[in-house]
Amino acid sequence: MNMPPPDQSILSRKAEIVARLQSVLPKNAVIHADSEVRAYECDALSAYRCPPLCAVLPASTEEVAAALRVCHEMGVPVVPRGSGTSLAGGALPTADCVILGVARLNGVLETNYADRYIRVQSGRTNLSVTGAVEAEDFFYAPDPSSQLACAIAGNIAMNSGGAHCLKYGVTTNNLLGVKMVLMDGTITDIGGAHLDAAGLDLLGLICGSEGQLGVVTEATLRILRKPEGARPVLMAFNDNEVAGACVADIIKAGVLPVAIEFMDRLCIETSEKYAQAGYPDCEALLIVEVEGSPAEIDEQLAVILAIARKHDPVELREAKSAEEAARIWLGRKSAFGAIGQISDYMCLDGTIPVSSLPMVLRRIGELSDEYGLRVGNVFHAGDGNMHPLICYDANKLGDLELCEAMGAEILKLCVDAGGCLTGEHGVGIEKRDLMTHQFALQDLEIQMDLKDVFDPSWLLNPAKVFPLMSSASRRIAAE
Amino acid sequence: MNPQTEIELAEAIAAAKGPLRIIGGATRAVGNPVVGEAISTSALTGISLYEPGALTIVAQAGTTVAEIEAALDTENQRLAFEPMDHRTLLGTSGTPTIGGVVATNASGSRRIAVGACRDHLLGVRFVDGMGTAIKNGGRVMKNVTGYDLVKLLAGSYGTLGVLSEVSLKVLPKPETSATLKLHGLTDTQSVDALSMALGSPFEVTGAARSDDTLIRIEGFAASVAYRLAQLKVLLGRFGDMTAVTDPAESQAIWTDITNVTAFAATSGDIWRMSIKPSDAATTIAALPIGTQTILDWGGGLIWAQTPEGTDLRTTLPAAGHATLIRAAAETRAALPAFQPENPTVTALSQGIRAKFDPRGILNPGLMG
Repeated sequence: MNMPPPDQSILSRKAEIVARLQSVLPKNAVIHADSEVRAYECDALSAYRCPPLCAVLPASTEEVAAALRVCHEMGVPVVPRGSGTSLAGGALPTADCVILGVARLNGVLETNYADRYIRVQSGRTNLSVTGAVEAEDFFYAPDPSSQLACAIAGNIAMNSGGAHCLKYGVTTNNLLGVKMVLMDGTITDIGGAHLDAAGLDLLGLICGSEGQLGVVTEATLRILRKPEGARPVLMAFNDNEVAGACVADIIKAGVLPVAIEFMDRLCIETSEKYAQAGYPDCEALLIVEVEGSPAEIDEQLAVILAIARKHDPVELREAKSAEEAARIWLGRKSAFGAIGQISDYMCLDGTIPVSSLPMVLRRIGELSDEYGLRVGNVFHAGDGNMHPLICYDANKLGDLELCEAMGAEILKLCVDAGGCLTGEHGVGIEKRDLMTHQFALQDLEIQMDLKDVFDPSWLLNPAKVFPLMSSASRRIAAE
Repeated sequence: MNPQTEIELAEAIAAAKGPLRIIGGATRAVGNPVVGEAISTSALTGISLYEPGALTIVAQAGTTVAEIEAALDTENQRLAFEPMDHRTLLGTSGTPTIGGVVATNASGSRRIAVGACRDHLLGVRFVDGMGTAIKNGGRVMKNVTGYDLVKLLAGSYGTLGVLSEVSLKVLPKPETSATLKLHGLTDTQSVDALSMALGSPFEVTGAARSDDTLIRIEGFAASVAYRLAQLKVLLGRFGDMTAVTDPAESQAIWTDITNVTAFAATSGDIWRMSIKPSDAATTIAALPIGTQTILDWGGGLIWAQTPEGTDLRTTLPAAGHATLIRAAAETRAALPAFQPENPTVTALSQGIRAKFDPRGILNPGLMG
């Protein structure tokens, strides 16, 4: 994975840049010792590392603006960072950049149950947003797997999803407004507690822009009343394609579960060894969850189970208690960790039309044989968001490259099947160079035109999202 | 001009010598008046893909909403955001197109529960002001590949590009629906009741106030009956209430709310205010004498019928905005249809328009 070479003139001015940042920020908000900046050298795509020039940890919107003004004046690139849980390298530094971390911006500014929103600082973690409102039986719906650690700022940057977005949507569907600082230090509000924009939907553009348009410091988020209850059912099949067909039939039947999760044999067996959830021995497993009152749940599950029975299941298991429900989810929630116990892995994030599920699963199996790398499939089947986990050996020379090559083939397959490169993780550096497979030149140019509008000097997270070749002329012209 | 294909559309825009007035079904005459040569998408028709099992439909922009809804109906599905039909309110006579729905982000009562058109829009193809055909998004539910121009194009009223194809998420139709009517409430009581219902776990899919305060429930029959009963208990302190349990009768209520039927063929100006619900009662109290209002979205959307030539924006709360939807020519000349935004947002929006349409020929001035 290439990154642009660091700007030597910036590296040589490190002392001056640090001093300028120290002059506008509290002393402990500027981290510049070599041993300390190492903490920011990577995010959750840990195969790639590079310590930044320095890191700043502002504690207010005004401090963010002050730091950005300094970097803007001095022509220093800035890489915004939430909690550093990006699987796509969205927060990967370059040696000549300042990491702007929002971890100290973690407060709750306002909760309003009558109007059903919460206003938080953007460094607050996803789960602690729900934590702030659950005493009143409310919750914040988007639930990425990293929700214990990941920050709202990163959720907004990547438009994060989660297991329950089949019913509740992803971040962009639950975001009402932001306070944002532009690269030149301008502070602006976009959106708010009301539902729609007065003019162009800039909020929709900012969500998912991977920290390239501005630094979000506050967010107004929609909160929802918790359902009366939820119950999962586990369905085991002896064929991936049959499980895929069952998903499509459930969706067509008029019940809309909150989640439909899929696991294949490798994931089932591995997570079973690791977590002992008591999963049956089968090729494919679905976890389907519905919500409502006990009677409503019974009715929906009756419809769903009737459909499943037509697909010749190995086993259907309905949770009869909270404990059984937790066990059904246990294996799924342990899947990534379990695979991590047996191997290094790369987690992909391509999305496909649900109808292509059987074909894509078959082709991934073929690619696995061709490359000699094992692949586990665990994903959000209801919305076609796949997470193939390609196993490789980081200590074996060339294995990472082989894994990346296979990953690229799978992602191209997703695009060719009518889907896309990334459903919820973002492009970052990981999928940057595949963008030309999904987009024509003009499709990418107009996106980069938008970056020109928000950040004409291309200083915010500049080496992400767009193939370096495509963005080179703009990045160089801006210098 | 009436291009037959996206290529012809692109050629027509590239060759345009002056401003273009973009027309879908010509039913939504909202925005500042535009002077320019008419260019219609009415010949770009047809459903290119419909996958009920994937909850997705893809159609050319000029496809009529009626054709889309008929196709979805055969699979017992629908556009869940309940697109508003502007013909009743504006007295227009064309045929609504799906491109027009997207370009105006036209969303009805169910928006409060399931989101707006922009939340159901999965992908777009459009031609920008230089005649370049561009695609963004796709036809899958989750897609964070590159910037989200899909949301940006929704509600851009043709000022960033002319839509040629849209891809939308659809949802199953519920088995039945019912409406709870609460009678004789003040604006404050009404919004309180709606907030209480929307803050309950009973999945309210409509929360409005015309004469009565209205709450909609949809789903399986047993579920609707159960939630209706629970809501009656929850809202007991608001007094007198009745339930409409015939699904057709219930839906008719919401079609009237969504389309603002009550203000059809009336005199005066029509405004649409987007605010936070708890500001609704004080906002209404500050409106000029003689104003009639309808609330939707739990009080977050106010439709106001005012005496001619009144500028409502002077009394609006800080969080929110008002759009002038229908007025006499002199009022439309004096007041911008869309509320001006803060200087930074205005500058960013102008910058975006300059990139999409450097010659300023696509519905120039429509949004201000």
